[in-house]
Amino acid sequence: MTPILQIQNLKKIFSRDGQSDFTAVDDVSFDMVPGECLGLIGESGSGKSTVANMIVRLLAPSGGRISLDGEDVTDADVRAICRKVQMVFQSPQESFDPRRTLGDGIGESLLTAGRPAAEAREEVARLLESVGLSPDFASRYPHEVSGGQCQRAAIARALAIEPKLLICDEATSALDVTVQAEIVALLSHLMRGHGMACLFICHDIALAQGFCDRLLVMYRGKIVEEGTPDEVIQSPKQEYTKMLIDSVL
Amino acid sequence: MKALLHFDRVSVSYNGVPVIHDVSFSLREGEILGIVGESGSGKSTLLKAAMGLLGPGGVVARGDIWYKGKNLPDLAEEELRRLSGPNLAMIFQHAGASFCPIRTVGAQLYEAVNAHETISESEFRKKAATLLQKLRFEDAARILESYPFDLSGGMMQRVGIAAAMLLNPSVLLADEPTSALDVSVQKQAVEEMLLIRELYHTSIVIVTHNIGVVRAMADRVVVMKDGRIVESGDAREVLEHPAQEYTQTLMAAVPRLRLRRGA
Repeated sequence: MTPILQIQNLKKIFSRDGQSDFTAVDDVSFDMVPGECLGLIGESGSGKSTVANMIVRLLAPSGGRISLDGEDVTDADVRAICRKVQMVFQSPQESFDPRRTLGDGIGESLLTAGRPAAEAREEVARLLESVGLSPDFASRYPHEVSGGQCQRAAIARALAIEPKLLICDEATSALDVTVQAEIVALLSHLMRGHGMACLFICHDIALAQGFCDRLLVMYRGKIVEEGTPDEVIQSPKQEYTKMLIDSVL
Repeated sequence: MKALLHFDRVSVSYNGVPVIHDVSFSLREGEILGIVGESGSGKSTLLKAAMGLLGPGGVVARGDIWYKGKNLPDLAEEELRRLSGPNLAMIFQHAGASFCPIRTVGAQLYEAVNAHETISESEFRKKAATLLQKLRFEDAARILESYPFDLSGGMMQRVGIAAAMLLNPSVLLADEPTSALDVSVQKQAVEEMLLIRELYHTSIVIVTHNIGVVRAMADRVVVMKDGRIVESGDAREVLEHPAQEYTQTLMAAVPRLRLRRGA
Protein backbone atom coordinates (compact mmCIF):
# COMPACT_ATOMS: atom_id res chain seq x y z
CA MET A 1 0.00 0.00 0.00
CA THR A 2 1.39 3.44 -0.93
CA PRO A 3 1.71 5.57 2.20
CA ILE A 4 -0.59 8.58 2.14
CA LEU A 5 2.15 10.62 3.76
CA GLN A 6 5.91 10.08 3.80
CA ILE A 7 8.16 12.40 5.76
CA GLN A 8 11.92 11.94 5.35
CA ASN A 9 14.57 13.75 7.37
CA LEU A 10 12.39 16.83 7.68
CA LYS A 11 14.09 19.84 9.20
CA LYS A 12 13.09 23.40 10.07
CA ILE A 13 15.57 25.99 11.23
CA PHE A 14 14.36 29.43 12.25
CA SER A 15 16.99 32.17 11.92
CA ARG A 16 16.70 34.88 14.53
CA ASP A 17 18.33 38.27 14.10
CA GLY A 18 21.55 38.50 16.05
CA GLN A 19 20.99 35.18 17.80
CA SER A 20 21.96 31.64 17.03
CA ASP A 21 19.61 29.68 14.76
CA PHE A 22 16.86 27.64 16.37
CA THR A 23 16.17 24.12 15.13
CA ALA A 24 12.45 23.59 15.64
CA VAL A 25 12.20 20.30 13.74
CA ASP A 26 15.31 18.14 13.65
CA ASP A 27 15.54 15.21 11.25
CA VAL A 28 11.98 13.91 11.57
CA SER A 29 10.90 10.90 9.51
CA PHE A 30 7.62 8.96 9.57
CA ASP A 31 5.00 7.41 7.27
CA MET A 32 1.22 7.22 7.44
CA VAL A 33 -0.89 4.58 5.69
CA PRO A 34 -4.30 5.47 4.20
CA GLY A 35 -7.08 5.59 6.81
CA GLU A 36 -4.64 5.63 9.71
CA CYS A 37 -5.06 7.89 12.73
CA LEU A 38 -1.61 8.96 13.89
CA GLY A 39 -1.23 10.96 17.09
CA LEU A 40 1.61 13.44 17.52
CA ILE A 41 2.07 14.31 21.19
CA GLY A 42 4.59 16.37 23.16
CA GLU A 43 4.82 19.60 25.12
CA SER A 44 4.44 23.16 23.76
CA GLY A 45 7.45 24.09 21.67
CA SER A 46 8.37 20.50 20.81
CA GLY A 47 7.81 21.14 17.08
CA LYS A 48 4.47 19.35 16.53
CA SER A 49 2.73 22.25 14.81
CA THR A 50 5.84 23.14 12.80
CA VAL A 51 5.74 19.65 11.26
CA ALA A 52 2.05 20.13 10.39
CA ASN A 53 2.64 23.59 8.97
CA MET A 54 5.37 22.24 6.68
CA ILE A 55 3.10 19.46 5.40
CA VAL A 56 0.45 21.99 4.32
CA ARG A 57 3.11 24.43 3.08
CA LEU A 58 2.35 27.18 5.57
CA LEU A 59 6.10 26.92 6.22
CA ALA A 60 8.89 25.90 3.84
CA PRO A 61 11.12 23.08 5.16
CA SER A 62 14.82 23.80 5.66
CA GLY A 63 15.61 20.24 4.61
CA GLY A 64 14.10 16.82 3.95
CA ARG A 65 11.32 15.53 1.73
CA ILE A 66 7.53 15.33 2.01
CA SER A 67 5.47 12.98 -0.20
CA LEU A 68 1.70 12.93 -0.34
CA ASP A 69 0.00 9.91 -1.87
CA GLY A 70 3.22 8.85 -3.59
CA GLU A 71 3.98 12.28 -5.04
CA ASP A 72 6.88 14.45 -3.85
CA VAL A 73 5.32 17.74 -2.73
CA THR A 74 8.30 19.25 -0.91
CA ASP A 75 8.35 22.22 -3.28
CA ALA A 76 4.79 21.99 -4.57
CA ASP A 77 2.30 24.84 -4.73
CA VAL A 78 -0.21 25.14 -1.85
CA ARG A 79 -3.08 24.80 -4.31
CA ALA A 80 -1.78 21.46 -5.56
CA ILE A 81 -1.58 20.12 -2.01
CA CYS A 82 -4.84 21.37 -0.57
CA ARG A 83 -6.85 18.92 -2.67
CA LYS A 84 -5.23 16.08 -0.79
CA VAL A 85 -4.65 17.46 2.67
CA GLN A 86 -6.73 19.81 4.81
CA MET A 87 -6.17 21.21 8.26
CA VAL A 88 -8.35 22.01 11.28
CA PHE A 89 -6.91 24.49 13.75
CA GLN A 90 -7.18 25.06 17.50
CA SER A 91 -9.28 28.24 17.46
CA PRO A 92 -12.20 27.69 15.11
CA GLN A 93 -13.49 31.25 15.42
CA GLU A 94 -10.13 32.61 14.30
CA SER A 95 -9.92 30.27 11.32
CA PHE A 96 -13.02 31.77 9.65
CA ASP A 97 -13.21 35.24 8.12
CA PRO A 98 -15.34 37.19 10.66
CA ARG A 99 -17.03 39.20 7.89
CA ARG A 100 -18.26 36.18 5.93
CA THR A 101 -20.80 33.51 6.78
CA LEU A 102 -19.82 29.96 7.61
CA GLY A 103 -21.50 28.87 4.37
CA ASP A 104 -19.26 31.21 2.34
CA GLY A 105 -16.21 29.85 4.15
CA ILE A 106 -17.15 26.23 3.53
CA GLY A 107 -18.25 26.86 -0.06
CA GLU A 108 -15.13 28.73 -1.08
CA SER A 109 -13.03 25.62 -1.60
CA LEU A 110 -15.79 24.05 -3.71
CA LEU A 111 -16.00 27.14 -5.93
CA THR A 112 -12.21 27.21 -6.22
CA ALA A 113 -12.35 23.57 -7.29
CA GLY A 114 -14.64 24.69 -10.14
CA ARG A 115 -18.05 23.57 -8.85
CA PRO A 116 -21.03 25.68 -10.02
CA ALA A 117 -22.46 27.99 -7.34
CA ALA A 118 -25.87 26.27 -7.06
CA GLU A 119 -24.26 22.87 -6.71
CA ALA A 120 -21.81 24.25 -4.13
CA ARG A 121 -24.71 25.60 -2.04
CA GLU A 122 -26.36 22.20 -1.94
CA GLU A 123 -23.07 20.57 -1.09
CA VAL A 124 -22.53 23.03 1.81
CA ALA A 125 -25.91 22.05 3.26
CA ARG A 126 -25.01 18.37 2.95
CA LEU A 127 -21.58 18.96 4.57
CA LEU A 128 -23.15 20.82 7.50
CA GLU A 129 -25.53 17.94 8.06
CA SER A 130 -22.66 15.46 7.97
CA VAL A 131 -21.05 17.25 10.93
CA GLY A 132 -24.32 17.44 12.86
CA LEU A 133 -25.31 21.05 12.07
CA SER A 134 -28.57 22.10 10.44
CA PRO A 135 -28.23 23.68 6.95
CA ASP A 136 -29.31 27.11 8.26
CA PHE A 137 -25.90 27.42 9.92
CA ALA A 138 -24.65 28.35 6.42
CA SER A 139 -26.04 31.86 6.89
CA ARG A 140 -24.51 32.42 10.34
CA TYR A 141 -21.34 34.34 11.10
CA PRO A 142 -18.52 32.80 13.19
CA HIS A 143 -19.36 34.97 16.22
CA GLU A 144 -22.97 33.81 16.17
CA VAL A 145 -22.16 30.18 16.98
CA SER A 146 -20.48 28.42 19.91
CA GLY A 147 -16.89 27.19 19.83
CA GLY A 148 -17.99 23.58 19.34
CA GLN A 149 -20.39 24.49 16.50
CA CYS A 150 -17.68 26.58 14.84
CA GLN A 151 -15.23 23.68 15.05
CA ARG A 152 -17.83 21.40 13.43
CA ALA A 153 -18.12 23.97 10.62
CA ALA A 154 -14.31 24.02 10.29
CA ILE A 155 -14.34 20.23 9.94
CA ALA A 156 -17.10 20.51 7.30
CA ARG A 157 -14.91 23.00 5.42
CA ALA A 158 -11.91 20.68 5.62
CA LEU A 159 -14.01 17.77 4.29
CA ALA A 160 -15.52 19.75 1.39
CA ILE A 161 -13.02 18.56 -1.19
CA GLU A 162 -12.71 15.09 0.33
CA PRO A 163 -9.05 15.16 1.36
CA LYS A 164 -7.14 11.91 1.84
CA LEU A 165 -5.42 13.34 4.89
CA LEU A 166 -6.84 15.57 7.60
CA ILE A 167 -4.48 17.33 9.99
CA CYS A 168 -6.03 18.34 13.32
CA ASP A 169 -3.72 20.75 15.16
CA GLU A 170 -5.03 20.81 18.74
CA ALA A 171 -8.50 20.82 17.19
CA THR A 172 -10.26 19.98 20.45
CA SER A 173 -7.97 21.69 22.99
CA ALA A 174 -10.07 24.84 23.31
CA LEU A 175 -13.33 22.94 23.76
CA ASP A 176 -15.12 21.63 26.85
CA VAL A 177 -14.72 17.92 27.54
CA THR A 178 -18.30 17.10 26.54
CA VAL A 179 -17.90 18.97 23.22
CA GLN A 180 -14.45 17.42 22.78
CA ALA A 181 -15.97 13.95 23.10
CA GLU A 182 -18.57 14.84 20.43
CA ILE A 183 -15.93 16.16 18.01
CA VAL A 184 -13.69 13.12 18.44
CA ALA A 185 -16.67 10.80 17.85
CA LEU A 186 -17.51 12.84 14.73
CA LEU A 187 -13.92 12.55 13.45
CA SER A 188 -13.88 8.75 13.97
CA HIS A 189 -17.18 8.45 12.13
CA LEU A 190 -15.99 10.61 9.22
CA MET A 191 -12.65 8.80 8.94
CA ARG A 192 -14.42 5.47 8.67
CA GLY A 193 -16.90 6.86 6.15
CA HIS A 194 -14.33 8.54 3.87
CA GLY A 195 -11.35 6.22 4.46
CA MET A 196 -9.49 9.40 5.34
CA ALA A 197 -6.24 9.41 7.34
CA CYS A 198 -5.82 11.79 10.27
CA LEU A 199 -2.70 13.33 11.79
CA PHE A 200 -3.93 14.25 15.27
CA ILE A 201 -1.72 16.77 17.07
CA CYS A 202 -2.62 16.98 20.69
CA HIS A 203 -1.08 17.52 24.10
CA ASP A 204 -3.86 15.62 25.89
CA ILE A 205 -2.24 12.20 26.17
CA ALA A 206 -5.33 10.38 27.43
CA LEU A 207 -7.37 11.71 24.51
CA ALA A 208 -4.69 10.61 22.02
CA GLN A 209 -4.55 7.16 23.62
CA GLY A 210 -8.27 6.69 23.18
CA PHE A 211 -8.50 8.04 19.64
CA CYS A 212 -5.32 7.17 17.71
CA ASP A 213 -4.02 3.96 16.09
CA ARG A 214 -0.39 4.91 16.65
CA LEU A 215 1.49 7.60 18.59
CA LEU A 216 4.65 9.61 17.97
CA VAL A 217 6.20 11.51 20.88
CA MET A 218 8.09 14.70 19.99
CA TYR A 219 10.57 16.46 22.22
CA ARG A 220 12.84 19.36 21.25
CA GLY A 221 12.24 18.88 17.55
CA LYS A 222 12.87 15.14 17.44
CA ILE A 223 10.66 12.07 17.53
CA VAL A 224 11.80 10.31 20.68
CA GLU A 225 9.33 7.43 20.79
CA GLU A 226 6.86 5.63 18.54
CA GLY A 227 4.39 2.79 18.98
CA THR A 228 0.78 1.84 19.53
CA PRO A 229 -0.90 4.06 22.16
CA ASP A 230 -0.84 1.29 24.76
CA GLU A 231 2.84 0.47 24.08
CA VAL A 232 3.89 4.10 24.42
CA ILE A 233 1.77 4.86 27.48
CA GLN A 234 1.92 1.56 29.37
CA SER A 235 5.59 0.77 28.75
CA PRO A 236 7.40 3.94 27.66
CA LYS A 237 11.06 3.42 26.78
CA GLN A 238 12.31 7.00 27.01
CA GLU A 239 12.75 9.00 30.21
CA TYR A 240 11.03 11.98 28.58
CA THR A 241 7.92 9.93 27.71
CA LYS A 242 7.81 8.56 31.25
CA MET A 243 7.98 12.10 32.67
CA LEU A 244 5.25 13.28 30.28
CA ILE A 245 2.91 10.43 31.24
CA ASP A 246 3.71 10.89 34.88
CA SER A 247 2.56 14.53 34.64
CA VAL A 248 -0.97 13.62 33.58
CA LEU A 249 -3.29 14.45 36.47
CA MET B 1 -14.74 24.34 60.45
CA LYS B 2 -15.48 28.03 60.01
CA ALA B 3 -16.58 29.41 56.65
CA LEU B 4 -14.14 32.03 55.47
CA LEU B 5 -16.01 33.02 52.34
CA HIS B 6 -19.73 32.42 52.07
CA PHE B 7 -21.93 32.83 49.01
CA ASP B 8 -25.49 33.16 50.28
CA ARG B 9 -28.22 32.77 47.60
CA VAL B 10 -26.29 34.85 45.07
CA SER B 11 -27.85 35.85 41.75
CA VAL B 12 -25.90 37.84 39.17
CA SER B 13 -27.31 39.67 36.14
CA TYR B 14 -25.73 41.28 33.13
CA ASN B 15 -27.83 44.16 31.76
CA GLY B 16 -30.88 42.73 33.47
CA VAL B 17 -30.33 39.21 32.11
CA PRO B 18 -29.82 36.74 34.97
CA VAL B 19 -26.71 34.55 34.53
CA ILE B 20 -26.25 33.17 38.06
CA HIS B 21 -29.31 31.84 39.85
CA ASP B 22 -29.52 31.52 43.61
CA VAL B 23 -26.08 30.03 44.26
CA SER B 24 -24.95 29.21 47.81
CA PHE B 25 -21.68 27.62 48.94
CA SER B 26 -18.92 28.18 51.50
CA LEU B 27 -15.15 28.07 51.49
CA ARG B 28 -13.83 26.76 54.78
CA GLU B 29 -10.53 27.70 56.40
CA GLY B 30 -7.56 25.91 54.84
CA GLU B 31 -9.76 24.24 52.26
CA ILE B 32 -9.37 23.88 48.51
CA LEU B 33 -12.73 24.15 46.77
CA GLY B 34 -13.02 23.27 43.09
CA ILE B 35 -15.71 24.81 40.88
CA VAL B 36 -16.16 22.87 37.65
CA GLY B 37 -18.48 23.16 34.67
CA GLU B 38 -18.46 23.89 30.97
CA SER B 39 -17.76 27.23 29.29
CA GLY B 40 -20.60 29.61 30.02
CA SER B 41 -21.77 27.77 33.14
CA GLY B 42 -21.00 30.87 35.25
CA LYS B 43 -18.08 29.54 37.29
CA SER B 44 -15.74 32.49 36.58
CA THR B 45 -18.58 34.94 37.14
CA LEU B 46 -18.77 33.76 40.77
CA LEU B 47 -15.14 34.78 41.38
CA LYS B 48 -15.61 38.07 39.56
CA ALA B 49 -18.67 38.84 41.70
CA ALA B 50 -16.61 38.37 44.88
CA MET B 51 -13.78 40.58 43.61
CA GLY B 52 -16.02 43.36 42.21
CA LEU B 53 -14.81 42.58 38.69
CA LEU B 54 -18.15 41.94 36.98
CA GLY B 55 -17.55 44.96 34.74
CA PRO B 56 -20.08 47.26 33.09
CA GLY B 57 -23.62 45.93 33.17
CA GLY B 58 -22.87 43.18 35.69
CA VAL B 59 -24.41 43.30 39.17
CA VAL B 60 -25.01 41.00 42.12
CA ALA B 61 -28.78 41.28 41.84
CA ARG B 62 -29.64 39.27 44.93
CA GLY B 63 -27.88 37.58 47.82
CA ASP B 64 -24.69 38.24 49.80
CA ILE B 65 -21.03 37.27 49.56
CA TRP B 66 -19.67 37.27 53.11
CA TYR B 67 -16.00 37.59 53.97
CA LYS B 68 -14.98 38.21 57.62
CA GLY B 69 -18.30 39.83 58.52
CA LYS B 70 -18.37 42.03 55.42
CA ASN B 71 -20.72 41.68 52.48
CA LEU B 72 -18.37 42.15 49.50
CA PRO B 73 -20.91 43.52 46.97
CA ASP B 74 -21.86 46.26 49.48
CA LEU B 75 -18.30 47.54 49.95
CA ALA B 76 -17.14 50.84 48.50
CA GLU B 77 -14.54 50.54 45.73
CA GLU B 78 -11.69 51.76 47.95
CA GLU B 79 -12.55 49.35 50.75
CA LEU B 80 -12.65 46.41 48.31
CA ARG B 81 -9.31 47.52 46.84
CA ARG B 82 -7.76 47.43 50.31
CA LEU B 83 -9.03 43.88 50.84
CA SER B 84 -7.85 42.77 47.39
CA GLY B 85 -4.32 41.52 47.81
CA PRO B 86 -3.74 41.14 51.56
CA ASN B 87 -7.05 39.30 52.14
CA LEU B 88 -8.47 38.09 48.86
CA ALA B 89 -6.10 37.56 45.95
CA MET B 90 -6.95 36.44 42.44
CA ILE B 91 -4.97 34.50 39.83
CA PHE B 92 -5.98 34.56 36.18
CA GLN B 93 -5.59 32.20 33.23
CA HIS B 94 -2.89 34.30 31.60
CA ALA B 95 -0.94 35.70 34.54
CA GLY B 96 1.79 36.76 32.11
CA ALA B 97 -0.65 39.07 30.35
CA SER B 98 -1.23 40.97 33.61
CA PHE B 99 2.40 42.11 33.58
CA CYS B 100 3.61 45.20 31.75
CA PRO B 101 6.09 44.05 29.07
CA ILE B 102 8.58 46.91 29.45
CA ARG B 103 9.28 46.70 33.19
CA THR B 104 11.00 43.96 35.15
CA VAL B 105 8.97 41.41 37.08
CA GLY B 106 10.57 42.58 40.35
CA ALA B 107 9.70 46.26 39.78
CA GLN B 108 6.06 45.40 39.11
CA LEU B 109 5.70 43.12 42.10
CA TYR B 110 7.29 45.83 44.28
CA GLU B 111 4.70 48.31 43.07
CA ALA B 112 1.87 45.88 43.88
CA VAL B 113 3.16 45.26 47.41
CA ASN B 114 3.84 48.96 47.97
CA ALA B 115 0.19 49.76 47.24
CA HIS B 116 -0.71 47.92 50.44
CA GLU B 117 2.22 48.28 52.82
CA THR B 118 5.21 50.60 53.22
CA ILE B 119 8.31 48.61 52.46
CA SER B 120 11.75 49.54 51.11
CA GLU B 121 12.85 48.03 47.83
CA SER B 122 15.70 46.06 49.43
CA GLU B 123 13.36 44.64 52.09
CA PHE B 124 10.90 43.73 49.33
CA ARG B 125 13.65 41.95 47.33
CA LYS B 126 14.54 39.86 50.36
CA LYS B 127 10.91 39.03 51.04
CA ALA B 128 10.17 38.15 47.41
CA ALA B 129 13.33 36.03 47.08
CA THR B 130 12.44 34.11 50.26
CA LEU B 131 8.91 33.44 49.02
CA LEU B 132 10.11 32.26 45.59
CA GLN B 133 12.68 29.97 47.21
CA LYS B 134 10.03 28.50 49.50
CA LEU B 135 7.88 27.85 46.45
CA ARG B 136 10.87 26.00 44.90
CA PHE B 137 11.89 28.45 42.20
CA GLU B 138 15.49 27.74 41.32
CA ASP B 139 16.82 31.21 40.63
CA ALA B 140 14.72 33.81 42.47
CA ALA B 141 17.06 36.76 41.84
CA ARG B 142 17.11 36.14 38.10
CA ILE B 143 13.30 35.95 37.95
CA LEU B 144 12.92 39.32 39.70
CA GLU B 145 15.39 40.92 37.28
CA SER B 146 13.72 39.40 34.20
CA TYR B 147 11.33 41.09 31.86
CA PRO B 148 8.09 39.14 31.30
CA PHE B 149 9.21 38.14 27.78
CA ASP B 150 12.41 36.61 29.17
CA LEU B 151 10.39 33.92 30.92
CA SER B 152 8.37 31.11 29.33
CA GLY B 153 4.56 31.13 29.52
CA GLY B 154 4.62 28.37 32.10
CA MET B 155 7.21 30.15 34.24
CA MET B 156 5.20 33.43 34.06
CA GLN B 157 2.13 31.56 35.25
CA ARG B 158 4.05 30.10 38.19
CA VAL B 159 5.41 33.59 38.99
CA GLY B 160 1.86 34.98 38.80
CA ILE B 161 0.68 32.40 41.34
CA ALA B 162 3.65 33.15 43.63
CA ALA B 163 3.06 36.91 43.28
CA ALA B 164 -0.44 36.55 44.68
CA MET B 165 1.18 35.21 47.86
CA LEU B 166 3.44 38.26 48.47
CA LEU B 167 0.77 39.87 50.62
CA ASN B 168 -0.08 36.57 52.32
CA PRO B 169 -3.83 36.56 51.57
CA SER B 170 -6.14 34.24 53.46
CA VAL B 171 -8.13 33.41 50.31
CA LEU B 172 -6.79 32.73 46.84
CA LEU B 173 -9.30 32.81 43.98
CA ALA B 174 -7.82 31.03 40.96
CA ASP B 175 -9.60 31.32 37.61
CA GLU B 176 -8.41 28.58 35.20
CA PRO B 177 -4.82 29.00 36.45
CA THR B 178 -3.50 25.94 34.59
CA SER B 179 -5.65 25.87 31.46
CA ALA B 180 -3.08 27.49 29.17
CA LEU B 181 -0.29 25.17 30.30
CA ASP B 182 0.78 21.82 28.94
CA VAL B 183 0.74 18.79 31.20
CA SER B 184 4.24 18.95 32.70
CA VAL B 185 3.99 22.65 33.62
CA GLN B 186 0.38 22.16 34.69
CA LYS B 187 1.56 19.64 37.24
CA GLN B 188 4.16 22.11 38.58
CA ALA B 189 1.50 24.82 38.98
CA VAL B 190 -0.80 22.42 40.82
CA GLU B 191 2.06 21.38 43.12
CA GLU B 192 2.86 25.07 43.75
CA MET B 193 -0.72 25.75 44.88
CA LEU B 194 -0.74 22.68 47.14
CA LEU B 195 2.55 23.86 48.65
CA ILE B 196 1.04 27.32 49.25
CA ARG B 197 -1.77 25.78 51.27
CA GLU B 198 0.69 23.64 53.22
CA LEU B 199 3.07 26.53 54.02
CA TYR B 200 0.62 29.40 54.52
CA HIS B 201 -2.68 27.64 55.31
CA THR B 202 -4.27 29.62 52.45
CA SER B 203 -7.82 28.70 51.44
CA ILE B 204 -8.18 28.31 47.69
CA VAL B 205 -11.10 28.41 45.27
CA ILE B 206 -10.06 26.95 41.92
CA VAL B 207 -12.31 27.42 38.90
CA THR B 208 -11.45 25.10 36.05
CA HIS B 209 -12.90 22.89 33.36
CA ASN B 210 -10.03 20.46 33.89
CA ILE B 211 -11.36 17.61 36.01
CA GLY B 212 -7.84 16.19 36.49
CA VAL B 213 -6.68 19.40 38.17
CA VAL B 214 -9.66 19.34 40.52
CA ARG B 215 -9.11 15.67 41.29
CA ALA B 216 -5.47 16.43 42.19
CA MET B 217 -6.23 19.46 44.37
CA ALA B 218 -9.73 19.91 45.70
CA ASP B 219 -11.22 18.77 49.01
CA ARG B 220 -14.73 19.67 47.94
CA VAL B 221 -16.29 20.30 44.53
CA VAL B 222 -19.14 22.44 43.21
CA VAL B 223 -20.50 21.50 39.77
CA MET B 224 -22.11 24.36 37.82
CA LYS B 225 -24.40 24.31 34.80
CA ASP B 226 -26.27 27.22 33.23
CA GLY B 227 -25.66 29.45 36.25
CA ARG B 228 -26.91 26.96 38.82
CA ILE B 229 -25.25 24.48 41.14
CA VAL B 230 -26.01 20.96 39.92
CA GLU B 231 -24.15 19.07 42.60
CA SER B 232 -21.66 19.71 45.37
CA GLY B 233 -19.85 17.77 48.05
CA ASP B 234 -16.70 15.85 48.92
CA ALA B 235 -14.40 15.91 45.86
CA ARG B 236 -13.76 12.18 45.70
CA GLU B 237 -17.45 11.39 46.16
CA VAL B 238 -18.65 13.81 43.47
CA LEU B 239 -15.94 12.88 40.94
CA GLU B 240 -16.05 9.11 41.43
CA HIS B 241 -19.73 8.60 42.23
CA PRO B 242 -21.64 11.57 40.81
CA ALA B 243 -25.29 11.56 41.85
CA GLN B 244 -26.62 13.85 39.13
CA GLU B 245 -27.01 12.85 35.51
CA TYR B 246 -25.25 16.00 34.29
CA THR B 247 -22.17 15.32 36.43
CA GLN B 248 -22.15 11.73 35.18
CA THR B 249 -22.16 12.95 31.56
CA LEU B 250 -19.36 15.40 32.34
CA MET B 251 -17.21 12.74 34.00
CA ALA B 252 -17.87 10.24 31.20
CA ALA B 253 -16.51 12.77 28.68
CA VAL B 254 -13.17 13.13 30.47
CA PRO B 255 -10.48 11.13 28.64
CA ARG B 256 -8.57 8.86 31.03
CA LEU B 257 -5.20 7.20 30.61
CA ARG B 258 -5.18 3.42 30.45
CA LEU B 259 -2.00 2.79 32.40
CA ARG B 260 -2.31 -0.97 32.71
CA ARG B 261 -2.94 -3.60 30.11
CA GLY B 262 -6.61 -4.33 29.72
CA ALA B 263 -7.52 -1.53 32.13
